[in-house]
Amino acid sequence: MSTVRAEREESAAPPPPPALSPPELARWAWRQLTSMRVALLLLFLLALATVPGSVIPQRTVDPLAVTEFREVNPALAQWYDRLGLFDVYAAPWFAAIYLALLVSLVGCILPRSRQHWRAVRARPPAAPRYLSRLPEHRRVEVAAPVDEVLVAARATLRARRYRVADDGASLAAERGHLRETGNLVFHLAVVVVLLAVALGSLFGYRATVLVPEGRGFANSVIQYDSLESGSLFDPADLPPFSLELEEFVMDFVDEGPAAGTPQEYAATVTLTREPGAEPETRTIRVNEPLSVGGTLVHVLNPGYAPVVTVRDADGEVLFTGPVPFLPQDDAFTSTGVVKVAVPQGRGRGEDIGIEGIFLPTAVLDEQGPRSVFPAPRNPALFLTAYHGDLGLDDGVPQSVYRLDTDAMQQFVGEDGTPFRAGLTVGDSVELPDGHGSITLDGYVPWVNVQVGRNAGKQLALLGALLALAGLMASMFVRRRRAWVRVAADAPGRTVMEVAGLDRSQTDQGGDLAGEVDALVDGVRQRLGAGGPTGGDEEDGR
Amino acid sequence: MSTETLAQLSDNLVYGAMAAFAVAMVALAAEAASRRVPTGAPADRSLVATGATDPESVSGPGPAGRRDGSGPTAPDAQVPPEAAGRADRYGRVGTSVLVLGTILLGLGVLTRGLAAGRVPWSNMYGFAISGTFVVALVYLVAARRQPDLRALGVWVVATLLLTLGLAVTVLYVPVGPLVPSLQSYWLVIHVAAATIAAAVFTIAMVASALQIVAERAEHSGRRTGYAGALPPAERLDALAYRVTAFGFPLWTFAVVAGAIWAEASWGRYWGWDPKEVWSLVTWLVYAAYLHARTTAGWRGRRASVVGLVAYASLIFNFFGVNILFEGLHSYGGL
Repeated sequence: MSTVRAEREESAAPPPPPALSPPELARWAWRQLTSMRVALLLLFLLALATVPGSVIPQRTVDPLAVTEFREVNPALAQWYDRLGLFDVYAAPWFAAIYLALLVSLVGCILPRSRQHWRAVRARPPAAPRYLSRLPEHRRVEVAAPVDEVLVAARATLRARRYRVADDGASLAAERGHLRETGNLVFHLAVVVVLLAVALGSLFGYRATVLVPEGRGFANSVIQYDSLESGSLFDPADLPPFSLELEEFVMDFVDEGPAAGTPQEYAATVTLTREPGAEPETRTIRVNEPLSVGGTLVHVLNPGYAPVVTVRDADGEVLFTGPVPFLPQDDAFTSTGVVKVAVPQGRGRGEDIGIEGIFLPTAVLDEQGPRSVFPAPRNPALFLTAYHGDLGLDDGVPQSVYRLDTDAMQQFVGEDGTPFRAGLTVGDSVELPDGHGSITLDGYVPWVNVQVGRNAGKQLALLGALLALAGLMASMFVRRRRAWVRVAADAPGRTVMEVAGLDRSQTDQGGDLAGEVDALVDGVRQRLGAGGPTGGDEEDGR
Repeated sequence: MSTETLAQLSDNLVYGAMAAFAVAMVALAAEAASRRVPTGAPADRSLVATGATDPESVSGPGPAGRRDGSGPTAPDAQVPPEAAGRADRYGRVGTSVLVLGTILLGLGVLTRGLAAGRVPWSNMYGFAISGTFVVALVYLVAARRQPDLRALGVWVVATLLLTLGLAVTVLYVPVGPLVPSLQSYWLVIHVAAATIAAAVFTIAMVASALQIVAERAEHSGRRTGYAGALPPAERLDALAYRVTAFGFPLWTFAVVAGAIWAEASWGRYWGWDPKEVWSLVTWLVYAAYLHARTTAGWRGRRASVVGLVAYASLIFNFFGVNILFEGLHSYGGL
């Protein structure tokens, strides 16, 4: 056992090694880093380091979950922040692991490429003296002169894609360098993929805009609701298109066990590629994004926006328009708020805030108001309202989906309970104390439009395909050597020896025996009808 | 036939397949039990047994499948001939019933697809029944080409039964339409690749697990009982490697196809969704296994353990991620 031997050698207590000079130390470190053991360790480490990102909420994947986590576990969140655990894949320690692996990889491929280059150009090693000692060996008699047998053997080897070297009475052949080529290509391609991903994270961007049906947006940073971009992203590179959402169709299964399951989301949009260009009508579906100059436009999660009009006591409109509500369940029970800033001198001079639940198919029972189907079969808006100061002028950014009621009071109905109302389309309700009225004019669907560019994606795809091709070559091509020696035994009798060796190193040679048999048969066929003359075929095992 | 009838037929076929697999498992277990090397072996036999630890004879019958013996490569000198005959009979019955079960399951997958009017891979139930079908198919084809593999049979069938049991009890969802995010031809490409890769890895997992059993038995010098009838540990090791090497490019392709689809569907090709994270973890651990085995010279138990860890991550990616995490792949129906 080699391990036992190694231990024994160690126990022989060698003298302490002399201190390493800096270049020696560097060389030692390089050797360590590029050793297979360390590469393997780094692979395991990377696998392990990848896991937390699926367990701990990630800023880039689900920012809302991160915010919730912070609220629930503030102390733990501090530690997570320090360790970069909310953004594992951008954390320095994660980068350290994959960069080390990258260096190790490159440090491994370069010398191997050099070796491989030499091996490919080298002449196949000459036939060993005793071919019978090789893993597979055949010895057959053929009824043909030595020269002819050699010619036939050479042709057979060539036909089976061997490179053949002639050594007089013997042939040396080798094939399957593609195996190592594939291996090197695979590793190189992994580096290409990583570079492409890095490129993408530097130049790429992804933004979302919530667009109610009938509205649109121009593609510029100020119009985005959210934007994630790489550090080298330049807003000036954004293609200057604008988009109108003409129609958004949501289709759901009407009945049966799968009732309520979405069947189709399709957005019909008018695209203007640049200011002044001819508008085009296009359809965007979930798996069919719109491509505008390298930028992809997707439609993501949709919702409903009730169209609400708020008037003051004189009937003057204080606010009107669609207000996107956020769906809370699969039946699109949606919540949202309407913020009506009322300046001094209009209405009662107090802001009005409405909190509501929009239900496409409303049911009001002991569980409270909720929706039972995602399509609008019985749309209704249940609401309560506040008056006071919305705080919109405080300069503090606010969520458009939440009401800050610190400086507001809930309206109270005539019976002294909080003011509540349920509206169907066309209904109006008077606010108490002459504050005016609220009307549900209707509803429109809205959709999150995602605009983004995955920089470097072609390179990543190329890398991935190369990696796959290289991988297949390195797994399925066999590197083999074969030798043929031909000698005249007696007048008219020629003895041919064929031997094979599998150099694939990974398992037990595949069907090397079959390969050597095929070589023998090939030679015989080429020699023509002569066929087998002797039965003394012998197996080298 | 209406959707409901077809769906009902599919369910019945899956139950039929489970019944057949159960029978096959019993028969294959009986085969394994009959092949077991008796413990009270006479003295000369134990000499043979000691001789078997000599590396020359452990290395087994040489190149794959060159032996034309009918059963797995048990050290036949040690199994009484009448028991070997009985084992062969059980084995034939087990394999035949397994073939029947596989056909039933295949029809079950087919009718489920017909009921839905598309490939039945939009939820975990469909994925599970398709996956088990592919495992059974891969095993049957592989075992035909390499008789050694039949030693894995009983455990492969046990895995199939377990998965199907979970599928019909926990994962079951009625046939439904395809949600918009799955309406893409990539569903066929991505899921087919993932299913086949997972099936191939399942065979490798059984080989790795048995390799550990066989190696322990060999190390303790025990060549009797169930372990005595297993193929040599080295052979199982090579088998696990070869099967994994076949599955790895498939898995790579599944991940790449998934990334292409993700770009079309979600606007980015890689976004660290839990499913993506775990498919990368799985890929990395299988890559580590292949490196450990080929370049670092890990053989035997150590390599097998890495293979089992990789498989655990694969299975976690299938079940755990859908059950535990909220992610973009959570249309599994749980």
